[in-house]
Amino acid sequence: MLIQVILVAAVVVVTVLLTRSTTNARHQAIRRLLLVGFVIAAVLAILFPEALTFVANLLDVGRGTDLLLYALVIAFVSFIATSHRRANQLERKITVLTRELSLAEARLERVDDSAVQLENAEPGPVLGDDERSRRTAAPREL
Amino acid sequence: MDFSDAATDGRAPTRTVTDDVWLVIPLYNEDAVVGGVVAEARKTFPNVVCVDDGSTDDSAARAREAGAIVVRHAVNLGQGAALQTGIEYARDQEGARYLVTFDADGQHQVEDAVAMVELARSDDLAVVFGSRFLDDRTKPGLLKRLVLRTAVWFTNQSTGLRLTDAHNGLRVIRVDAARKVDLTQDRMAHASEIVLQLGRTRLPWREHPVHVLYTDYSKGKGQSLWNSVNILVDLVFK
Repeated sequence: MLIQVILVAAVVVVTVLLTRSTTNARHQAIRRLLLVGFVIAAVLAILFPEALTFVANLLDVGRGTDLLLYALVIAFVSFIATSHRRANQLERKITVLTRELSLAEARLERVDDSAVQLENAEPGPVLGDDERSRRTAAPREL
Repeated sequence: MDFSDAATDGRAPTRTVTDDVWLVIPLYNEDAVVGGVVAEARKTFPNVVCVDDGSTDDSAARAREAGAIVVRHAVNLGQGAALQTGIEYARDQEGARYLVTFDADGQHQVEDAVAMVELARSDDLAVVFGSRFLDDRTKPGLLKRLVLRTAVWFTNQSTGLRLTDAHNGLRVIRVDAARKVDLTQDRMAHASEIVLQLGRTRLPWREHPVHVLYTDYSKGKGQSLWNSVNILVDLVFK
């Protein structure tokens, strides 16, 4: 059946889009155009139900409402795909942010530590040299 | 301040062979065991960095008490993310030459890590992967063995390396190789990703037999088999 071929092809295309990790302007534009097309098709289908049935028959689908349901399934799967990808990108950003934060925090702690040690060592210099300050890459002049 | 302390420590000439090694331990809610693990490791490796991945218990405090440097994630991101943070921290430390990735739950043996670092030094290897299947010390259950074997097969297919074990947390990575590691798999799937990225460096690598100790504690916390489904999905749907 024609509709089965179309539907399976659509699912495959969505899956491929899902596993590829590029988002560029072209993809975004295509998605938006598809969305506009979807809206127009929806309005037309509401206004002219017979037309929908006519198209459905062309595709070997019995009723217009069935075709609508199939289209909805594809649209839903596409939605899952795009939101999945968006969530991943967001997660990536949070990871990078958190990592930068924790590494910066660790650097600050070291500077603090060596400052404290320097203060403690003030009266009798050179002595208070424990492991942590030995590892410290931070400048001792601080 | 203690005089003897200052004499033996600091810039004293007594430079042990593990001075240039950094242990990287991802840490998430392990306060029952991490103190012991870190203390035990610190007998051999003075440099230990734990990445506290947003633990809700006292893991960070226990690790710090035991002498580790703790780097804290503000939110829980997953083991892969914690590992990457630890690698980035350790590879930028002065004098760091080898990184050892190590589990916080006591599954790994310090002697294995020592042997692997020795091997990396003596044979000038950039990466030494631990493998629990090279000898018969490790006793995983039948189902676990099956899942691990499948994971090995999958990793080998996707990375082009021929390993006997995947998802083994014990690895030695030389700093130059560690600089090429940029893990984007925040959760468990990082184990395949790190093999892939280290393989791409084309630097010399080898496997070394290790003993993974399945204690009741680690069994209770360990990756359930459901996790393998999640790993697979993470790898396919990036």
